[in-house]
Amino acid sequence: MKEIEVTLTVNKRVHTVNVAPRMTLVDCLRDILRLTGTHVGCEHGVCGACSVMFDGEPVRSCLMFAVQAEGHEITTVEGLVGEDGEISDLQDSFWECHAMQCGYCTPGMLISSHALLMENPSPDDHDIREAISGNLCRCTGYQQIVEAVKMAAERRQEGL
Amino acid sequence: MGQTTTLSNYRYVSRKRRTKEDRRFITGRGKFVADVEVPGMKHVAVLPSPHPRANILKIDTSAAMSMSGVHYVLTGDELARETSSLFHGLDLPNVKWHPLAVGMTRYAGEWVAAVVADTRYIAEDAAELIEVEYESLPAAVDTEKMIDEDQPLVHPEHGSNILFRKTWEWGPVADDFASMPHTISYRARWGRSSTVPIETFGVVAKWDETTEVMDVWASIQMPQYQDQIAAVLRMPMNNVRVHNDVDVGGSYGVKRGIKHTVLVCYLAKRLGVPVRFIEDRLDNMSGGDAHGPDRIFDVTMAFDDDGVIKSMKMRALDDVGAYPGRAPLQLGKPMTALCGPYRVNSIEYEAISVTSNKTGQVPVRGFGQAPTNFAVETGLERVAKFLGLDRVEVRARNLVRKDEFPWKIPPGSLYDSGDFHAVLDSAIKTSDWQELISRRDALRAEGKLAGVGIATCLEPGGGNNIFEYLFNPKLEITTFVESVLIKVEPSGAITAVMCTTTSGQGHETMVSTIAGEELERDPDTIRVVHGDSLEALPTRSPVASRMTIVLGTATSNAAREIKDKMITIAAYDIGVEKEQIEYADGEFSMRGEPEKKLSWEEVCHIAHKQFHRMPPGQELGLQAYSVQQVPGAGQLPNEKNEVPLYPCFSFQAHVPLVEIDRDTGKVKLHDYYIAHDCGTAINPDIVRGMIIGGVAHGIGAALYEKFEYDPDGQLLAGTFVDYLLPSSHEIPTVTDVEHCTPSPLTSLGQKGSGEGGYLGAPAAVASAVNDALRPLDIEINELPIRARDIETALYEKSK
Repeated sequence: MKEIEVTLTVNKRVHTVNVAPRMTLVDCLRDILRLTGTHVGCEHGVCGACSVMFDGEPVRSCLMFAVQAEGHEITTVEGLVGEDGEISDLQDSFWECHAMQCGYCTPGMLISSHALLMENPSPDDHDIREAISGNLCRCTGYQQIVEAVKMAAERRQEGL
Repeated sequence: MGQTTTLSNYRYVSRKRRTKEDRRFITGRGKFVADVEVPGMKHVAVLPSPHPRANILKIDTSAAMSMSGVHYVLTGDELARETSSLFHGLDLPNVKWHPLAVGMTRYAGEWVAAVVADTRYIAEDAAELIEVEYESLPAAVDTEKMIDEDQPLVHPEHGSNILFRKTWEWGPVADDFASMPHTISYRARWGRSSTVPIETFGVVAKWDETTEVMDVWASIQMPQYQDQIAAVLRMPMNNVRVHNDVDVGGSYGVKRGIKHTVLVCYLAKRLGVPVRFIEDRLDNMSGGDAHGPDRIFDVTMAFDDDGVIKSMKMRALDDVGAYPGRAPLQLGKPMTALCGPYRVNSIEYEAISVTSNKTGQVPVRGFGQAPTNFAVETGLERVAKFLGLDRVEVRARNLVRKDEFPWKIPPGSLYDSGDFHAVLDSAIKTSDWQELISRRDALRAEGKLAGVGIATCLEPGGGNNIFEYLFNPKLEITTFVESVLIKVEPSGAITAVMCTTTSGQGHETMVSTIAGEELERDPDTIRVVHGDSLEALPTRSPVASRMTIVLGTATSNAAREIKDKMITIAAYDIGVEKEQIEYADGEFSMRGEPEKKLSWEEVCHIAHKQFHRMPPGQELGLQAYSVQQVPGAGQLPNEKNEVPLYPCFSFQAHVPLVEIDRDTGKVKLHDYYIAHDCGTAINPDIVRGMIIGGVAHGIGAALYEKFEYDPDGQLLAGTFVDYLLPSSHEIPTVTDVEHCTPSPLTSLGQKGSGEGGYLGAPAAVASAVNDALRPLDIEINELPIRARDIETALYEKSK
């Protein structure tokens, strides 16, 4: 199958890749760019494990083709880490609250929570549950995730 | 937030501490099987059968083989010729099981062929070019009809669709029934649901011709995985190296993957290239290891005027689908707590395992205990209703009392410890039961359907699996060992080697916390690694709520041995008897003369490098391993078929408040309270997560999840659009309160906590839904109770 050249920005770095037109964005991120933090769960747009930021909005990278990312800006879980390698306050809150068990849905949860906090710096429980409702987790029952997002928001409010 | 009623006497154990594992997950640096990249690796796609039951007349692979980028197309005949049949728990010599169908397909979704290609995309394209000629046959689908009606045979050579049927009687059942004024009989049904991890199963295999080693990386949680790979591939076990450092993206029992693994290993050896197979979601739900118990219970309870239950007869009919594997044994594990936490004097138990033209059943969280607990709790509800008694009071009257431990139940298990009444009281107090009832009644006064639920559950932990023997005497297994090796380096750094994978249970945190506690060293400085199967000590895998009990106790033992060695070395060096040395905070000092001391680092240095300062005969270095027996295990059943099964028993009480939409039948969970006792909690955040996560699983099983089949045997729920998993909207905030009754059988009093939430929640939610429906005289004892089931029941009632 003829490959197409695609230029996309991932975690602030510009990449040019050759992909088959049918290659999904998540396969491009994982298999070509080797950013394996983004996970594949259902490949039909329900579980949210493959969530990435696409021009500042959370999207499911299993439902997009890599060619659609031409000229666009993507942030994956790897890109949530600061340039100095420091984990973000949101990541730190996830750790502090043990907002995961197996860790498989965690990157997607972090992306959706990151998107929420960009829009709404002081979400209540309902806002958080709404924001992560498109991300399935089978381990935690969601509660410690909700607590982690709340903690991150509070820390930002307090300027910690 | 969780509350705790006990304060930790420990330095690290039971204290709020960050986990070891989370750091890699929050940065996207977990190493899951799909992240494993072996140079030259090829990719597998499988072709599923569209027919529930069909003869395979012909397979034409030529078009697929001729596609560019395709390396091989494998069919069942070749694989069955070159490998042995996969393992079943039961003794079923005429039920053959291979990764690819041989001659006949037995469920819709069964793999008929496998393609190996440069990419998964090409492999899937090629799979579509395989031409299979089928002769479609009527399928055996209705579970109940398998027992005595004339049905198509799933395995004609076996001669019946019944795989196992046996009745046990423990205690004077007939006399107890005769002595009781009341009996009630009821049916409870557990729908075909499962744990459905977000990561599907995957495996990578590489065969090295020169070393003759098969390297396997897999998303695995399975006892005897390497044993079975080696046996089926007909090679010695030391030719198989399973890498246990693969992070497993959720399992809760189901990640078995033996057929995937045999398929991939065979291909890797046959083709001389590394091969990987990562299921997509459709592969997983129709043909993978996805389905759980599918069970019909018929129960009769005999009880007195006070609602005290004396005896119980239970028949459990379980549909394991086309290939049984270990699934039928899931009728055996529940014997461990067959009557729940209640003081039942005698039990008759009939276990029937049938095969059908459905996807095979695999082990699920609790190994069959969750359905059984639902069936028992349904009985408590029915007894209360029959006598017009309070549901909580009936439970309290039947619970084992705290001065009665160890308590022996009729099948022989010894409940080690507990304070069931205190935990039940705690749930009632935390939920403010009377207030909850008032809120329910206020909702009802507004014309709504509302209900409060109650359920208790016992969580057996430790897993000695002696019940296997009761199902198959050839499985004469009386233990389920677990091991750890602890090493202290010359610098003083500590490394612990555990011998299994981990799938979210936090084993690295548990081992480092316990080792740190025993050695008074900061757990954050202790490294925990997962030895591969060639390096590992004996292990039976992280199932059965057993790791904290068995691996945790092994960790204590190994750490205590190291401490003893270090004291021996320090005593010799200081020139006193061992008893005169005390160890605290990293220093070995002489009692009464504390200035005579050696630091942790000095003792390590001596042990590794200063032979001249070592006590004569003392082993060099500082290392200790412990191979831990399951506490209380080690014997076969006696002549009455009594045997102590799992050793440690955790206990929970659940109280939810639900509201049901009258128009749609949709259930909304308003509140959820849970009181739990798993002995000493090693890491409270992990325990809390396990419990709430287990509750979420249970809510799914109670209200949403089912692998539904149509009457012809076609799976109707093969995606996340039709197999509904609860989201953050469906799972309420859970208020949990902890109670601690330490187990007398483990090193620090710890018990299991991985399963309890899932064992109690289905019964509790069903109890709440039925409380809501009671004013309409509707009762539903079939899970899941979906919105449409309630809507239908409401409609029928209104006619």
